[in-house]
Amino acid sequence: MPSSLLWAVDVYGRVYSLSTAGQQWEHCRDAHLEFKRVTAVQQCCWSIACDHNIYLYVHASEVPIRYQEETYENQRWNPVDGFSDRLLPSDRWQWSDITGLKHQPLGDFQLPSENWEWEADWYIDENFGGEPTEKGGWTYAIDFPATYTKDKKWNSCVRRRRWIRYRRYKAQDTWVKIPSEQTESLPDPFNDITCGGWEITEEPRGCLALWAVSLQGKVWFRCDINHHNPEGSVWEEVPVPGEVVQISCGPGDLVWAVLWEGHLLVREGVGRDCLKGSSWVTVESPSPGVGVVHVAVGVNVVWAVTKDHKVWFRRGVNSHNPCGSGWIGMVGEMVMINVGLSDQVWAIGFEDRAVYFRQGVTASELSGKAWKVVSVPRDSERSHSSASASSLQSAGCFFGGEVRLQSQASMLSDADAETERAGGEVVPTPEIGDAPKPRIPKVTSDSFISELVSDREGQISRCDVPPAGPSIPEEDHPEKDQSGGVDPQWSNVDLEEAQTHLTSGPGGDAAETSSLSSVATYNLALEEPYGLDEPPKWAWVSGGGCLVECHTQLNWFNSSTSTALNSSMQAMSLSITPAQTAAWRKQIFEQLSERSKREMENFMHYEQAIEQSVWVKKGTMQWWRDWKPHKWVDVQFALEQFSGVEGNKDGILFIYYTFNDEKKYLHMFINEVTILVPVLNDSKHTFAIYTAERTKQRWPMRLAAATELEMHDWLALLSVSCCDSRGIQGPPSKQAIWSVTCKGDIFVSEPTKELEASPYPTPCAQISLGVVWGIGYDHTAWVHTGGYGGGFFQGLASSTDNIYTQTDVKSVYIYENQRWNPVTGYTNRGLPTDRYMWSNASGLKECTKNNTKPPSPNWTWVSDWTIDYAVPGGTDREGWQYAADFPASYHGNKTLKDFVRRRRWARKCKLTTTGPWQEVPPIPLSDITILPCGPKSTVEQVSLWAISNKGDILCRLGVTSLTPGSSSNYGSSWLHVGTDQPFKSISIGAVHQVWAIAKDGSAFYRGSVSAQNPAGDCWYHIPSPTGQKLKQVSVGRTSVYTVDENGNLWYRHGVTPSYPQGSSWEHISNNVRKVSVGPLDQVWVIADKVQGSHSLSCGTVCRRLGVLPMEPKGHSWDYGIGGGWDHITVRGNAMEAPRIVMPSLTDNQTATRPLQTSNQPEMNGNPVGC
Amino acid sequence: MTSLVVKNELNASCRHLMNVIMADDKDVLRDVWFGRIPACFTLSPEETTEREAEPYYLLLPRVSYLTLVTDKVKKHFLRVMKAEDSTEMWFEYEGTPLKWHYPIGVLFDLHASNTALPWNVTVHFKNFPEHDLLHCTSNSVIEAHFMSCIKEADALKHKGQVINDMQKKDHKQLWMGLQNDKFDQFWAMNRKLMEYPTDEGGFRYIPFRMYQTMGERPFIQKLFRPVSPEGHTLTLGDLLKELFPAAICAEDEPKRFQVMIHGIEPLLETPIQWLSEHLSHPDNFLHISIIPAPSD
Repeated sequence: MPSSLLWAVDVYGRVYSLSTAGQQWEHCRDAHLEFKRVTAVQQCCWSIACDHNIYLYVHASEVPIRYQEETYENQRWNPVDGFSDRLLPSDRWQWSDITGLKHQPLGDFQLPSENWEWEADWYIDENFGGEPTEKGGWTYAIDFPATYTKDKKWNSCVRRRRWIRYRRYKAQDTWVKIPSEQTESLPDPFNDITCGGWEITEEPRGCLALWAVSLQGKVWFRCDINHHNPEGSVWEEVPVPGEVVQISCGPGDLVWAVLWEGHLLVREGVGRDCLKGSSWVTVESPSPGVGVVHVAVGVNVVWAVTKDHKVWFRRGVNSHNPCGSGWIGMVGEMVMINVGLSDQVWAIGFEDRAVYFRQGVTASELSGKAWKVVSVPRDSERSHSSASASSLQSAGCFFGGEVRLQSQASMLSDADAETERAGGEVVPTPEIGDAPKPRIPKVTSDSFISELVSDREGQISRCDVPPAGPSIPEEDHPEKDQSGGVDPQWSNVDLEEAQTHLTSGPGGDAAETSSLSSVATYNLALEEPYGLDEPPKWAWVSGGGCLVECHTQLNWFNSSTSTALNSSMQAMSLSITPAQTAAWRKQIFEQLSERSKREMENFMHYEQAIEQSVWVKKGTMQWWRDWKPHKWVDVQFALEQFSGVEGNKDGILFIYYTFNDEKKYLHMFINEVTILVPVLNDSKHTFAIYTAERTKQRWPMRLAAATELEMHDWLALLSVSCCDSRGIQGPPSKQAIWSVTCKGDIFVSEPTKELEASPYPTPCAQISLGVVWGIGYDHTAWVHTGGYGGGFFQGLASSTDNIYTQTDVKSVYIYENQRWNPVTGYTNRGLPTDRYMWSNASGLKECTKNNTKPPSPNWTWVSDWTIDYAVPGGTDREGWQYAADFPASYHGNKTLKDFVRRRRWARKCKLTTTGPWQEVPPIPLSDITILPCGPKSTVEQVSLWAISNKGDILCRLGVTSLTPGSSSNYGSSWLHVGTDQPFKSISIGAVHQVWAIAKDGSAFYRGSVSAQNPAGDCWYHIPSPTGQKLKQVSVGRTSVYTVDENGNLWYRHGVTPSYPQGSSWEHISNNVRKVSVGPLDQVWVIADKVQGSHSLSCGTVCRRLGVLPMEPKGHSWDYGIGGGWDHITVRGNAMEAPRIVMPSLTDNQTATRPLQTSNQPEMNGNPVGC
Repeated sequence: MTSLVVKNELNASCRHLMNVIMADDKDVLRDVWFGRIPACFTLSPEETTEREAEPYYLLLPRVSYLTLVTDKVKKHFLRVMKAEDSTEMWFEYEGTPLKWHYPIGVLFDLHASNTALPWNVTVHFKNFPEHDLLHCTSNSVIEAHFMSCIKEADALKHKGQVINDMQKKDHKQLWMGLQNDKFDQFWAMNRKLMEYPTDEGGFRYIPFRMYQTMGERPFIQKLFRPVSPEGHTLTLGDLLKELFPAAICAEDEPKRFQVMIHGIEPLLETPIQWLSEHLSHPDNFLHISIIPAPSD
């Protein structure tokens, strides 16, 4: 999990940020100004400074914000001058945009603001639709506007060329002022600001909604903020029915505002076509007579604070019902509240002005469980004496847990007696902290808060003067506490809902608070002079960029409790520091081995009480019968494990079945099993077991378990016993072949023997010399740590080192199909022959919103079904795509000929598992490549290139293989390699040959890449094979192979050390999905429609035979079994004379239509080399 | 990643090496499971025999039950006895009848730690001490006892939800794992009993029993949470402080008691949750023996 930031402003207007990985507030030193408000999202932070200007802070990224300006130079041919810029009067401008309608000469392009800079001067784009053009970049046509070609013909009367220039946003990691355009005569400075809306639409990328409120109560919306325009363009006023004081905008379509009178406004009509929304509706304040002063919204939640500092939770809020249905009173007295990512809630306490985090907020329990104080020091405080630091922390540590709204003393009282005594000595209460330091906060921010927290009857004074705590005689406190404790904490608007939450309320705790000990504690605390060490007082917090999930462990709450406590306390009652952890654990390890030695060493000749016998695990399953008619038959399944002759474990699998009323069985030796694989099947939980013989016959043993869980248990058990019988342990070797199934499981095939499944889904993995990187469905990069196990192997036998929590997110898609009829138009009533009205992409399978499940039980839904507009071919405003009939090619606008339409719905699901993979934040990647090296070579620096999910090319610095599977594999940073267009595939071969495929299907070669110059210096455009758009590239020692979008495999001819670009493409094969070229030029592909198999399987792994140093193309294919493979990489395999286990699998296709034995001689060649 | 290996039977010294190098918590589970006590069974002189009974030597699994693993002992002694005397076998150590329903390791730690090995256990057939011991007529009695312990432990840990969600065959797998000394078989199921929601930091209550030779009660058992209300991780020391403060001695005092779990004395700052996950017996209880410190 990459770290992210929580932003806050203290009462003096200083801005701080706190990293989820950090332990202290970092002062944002760049800010010379004092700030009133901040609103953060992941990529930036907006703020209002006390000069009333708006400032923006964009986080630096390794991929810069670049924007491509383009303009076209147009020319017409005339007999006198040839082509010249003398155009006809009816023609377009000499310099225009692509449509020709807009005049735009080079000189007219201005930088949008002073925060941009030009990357270079204008230059001509010589790339035309993926093909290089002649010098000059001209493209020709008969007339404007027409189809342009790169070749000049006899009838070419006009020509044009494209000029491009990049500008780059330079103001990163610094506050920049956003110029205000005050149109009115009277200044109306901004008063509140909120940023959100990034989940509404993905187009344009990085699109944000920014709302602001002026002092006069007007609401403004900032237009056109997106990735390429981080500052946005103009403010537009949004009419409001009253005077607004504060506004909040969630990541989705929720926008709520607070009116001066204390009522709330909810924006309706916010959607992807209209970020601004259309109208307001009013929602009453939760408690009559007490208005709302602050509101905060998330994706599906609304929180509010009323003038009496009570906190309210709005239930029933969602996209369809932005107003929600009722208020629930919550515990806590706050001055402001903020909802961050994943609807996590942050607040600032009324009494102590501390930042609080709402603990236990999950999708199922959006209101959370308890308030927890964020108790970390500010960076400036680290320089104070250690005493001060510890007192701060200890304060936090005792504030922790459920927050009770009585005074400090009562909070302490429910700690056990011992803690209280110690705690009382060091814990300063906020009141006390204030007393010796009667510094009145500056007007800037605190007056601001007082506006918020007070109503207009002059409660301001209560906030501006220090709270009266210290002046009250001590004896009064317990009473005050008691009354506080007795006070009903749950004001209750919605009885039913409140009941359910009552359990988490402080009911029981309130009783304890009146204990006598609290008096004593308070006295003790009073005697301690802690003037300097007051806890920070906060004015504002924004969690919009702060990613906290239920499984993340934040160390902000009781960070270093042990240092906080009095050292005279007994050591054991302290919380444990890492050092002590090591001590007790080490002690146990040592003692256990000592014990074993003492009790067993001299007695090993004794008889064992329990004889090691055969262990049998039995179960019932279904088995796909080996003979015709093929069908699933119920069988008894048993695994017998026993110790082999040399102490190694072995096992036999038995399948007992009944045939013609006769009981029979068949068996399989575990040590012959080559592959175990779960098979994608909708109705059954099936898996296949292969042996060498069965691979040749293309007839695996196919079994179905009753439940998915049972299947996973069996698979885990079987793979452990396979490993046992082969004596395989520990991490995979450097030579392993890695591959990924369509279900996303990673398999590693040792060149020697065995193949095992890793549970972690990663569609892409690249390796070299023991360095393995992978990419998740959500484009997160992962680096293999060299551990093993994790996931569903948990608890069986996995190493605990190097296993990390992994998450992945992907979308599941279903289609809604409709047919037009003359009476009712488009309806969900299709023809009898039509596909299901809710189906998968092919239409063959019914997929409704309700019956569609995540890919496996390990995945859970994290969002609701939403219309997907990002469908190839485009959609209309409602997401529909039209076609003449099913199945046909769909287009985004309705024409007369269209009788059917469909739209895609997407739902996100998430996997949380564990595995030997470590996340590489922060840039999402779509492809990755590592320089393949031989096993004996020692390379200090491993070349690693990647493509971000936006198409930027990146070069990883600092990746070394000195200790495989260690942090050195992780590298240090990304170096952005500038390109003119987005890319989609990249590969690096021997001697730093870098090839890449752009999104438009053209190939590029990167020149001058070397160990000294890891990023190279320029791109060479390589024409793609005629008429083909390339899709993927893989480079070996000398071979360069590409796959185009039509599944053709191409070999690059004429690649020599002196001319690495090569000369021409040669067609090798069709129906290829992926290619991977190894460091010895081995060629492995994933092929579709493999000939010979009855059912033309998809996703079969094939290997090129006859590849020799002098004959790199090879001569024929060796087909592996089955299908369902999605990705393969052989780039780590530098074994000469590869005689390797063929990784093979089945997928859903073979599950329903089993593969037949092939007659092709090469298929029996040697696919399995056990 | 992949190769998940159940390590082959490593001999003790090799495992020792691994502990030092790997310090892997999983190895603790193996060490605990494969703990063995060498025992020398001698027939009580009160028994009448047809000829002299040779002592019988056996390595007893610490985590098992006496009556479950002494079929061989019984067979051995019955050979020299008259057939009519072959009633229920029971064991005694230095005058104390050994309760079969305590795990063997607990019996040893409680009564015989700090003595010379092997452990000299006396075998009786006559005069069954009805006041001290439960009858154990067959293995199904042990199984019932074992399963009821597991259920009680899970009731404390997860309100019994995990064990109740298991099927009968899963229960059987736990029991068969113990009976046949199959670590993998047992832990494949038992790991489910050791899970807990990460945000809670541990089990609801720690299932533990604290034994003392001299106590009036056979053992102490109380509700004890692994995490304090303030969110502190509680330790073995915290537990003792609450239940048996005498076991904690100040630094300058001589040590009066030894706190033994599986024959070792964990440091007092060891988190109780970790102990419960790693040093519990197969019945899912953490059995803690408190014995007087040897006076050298």
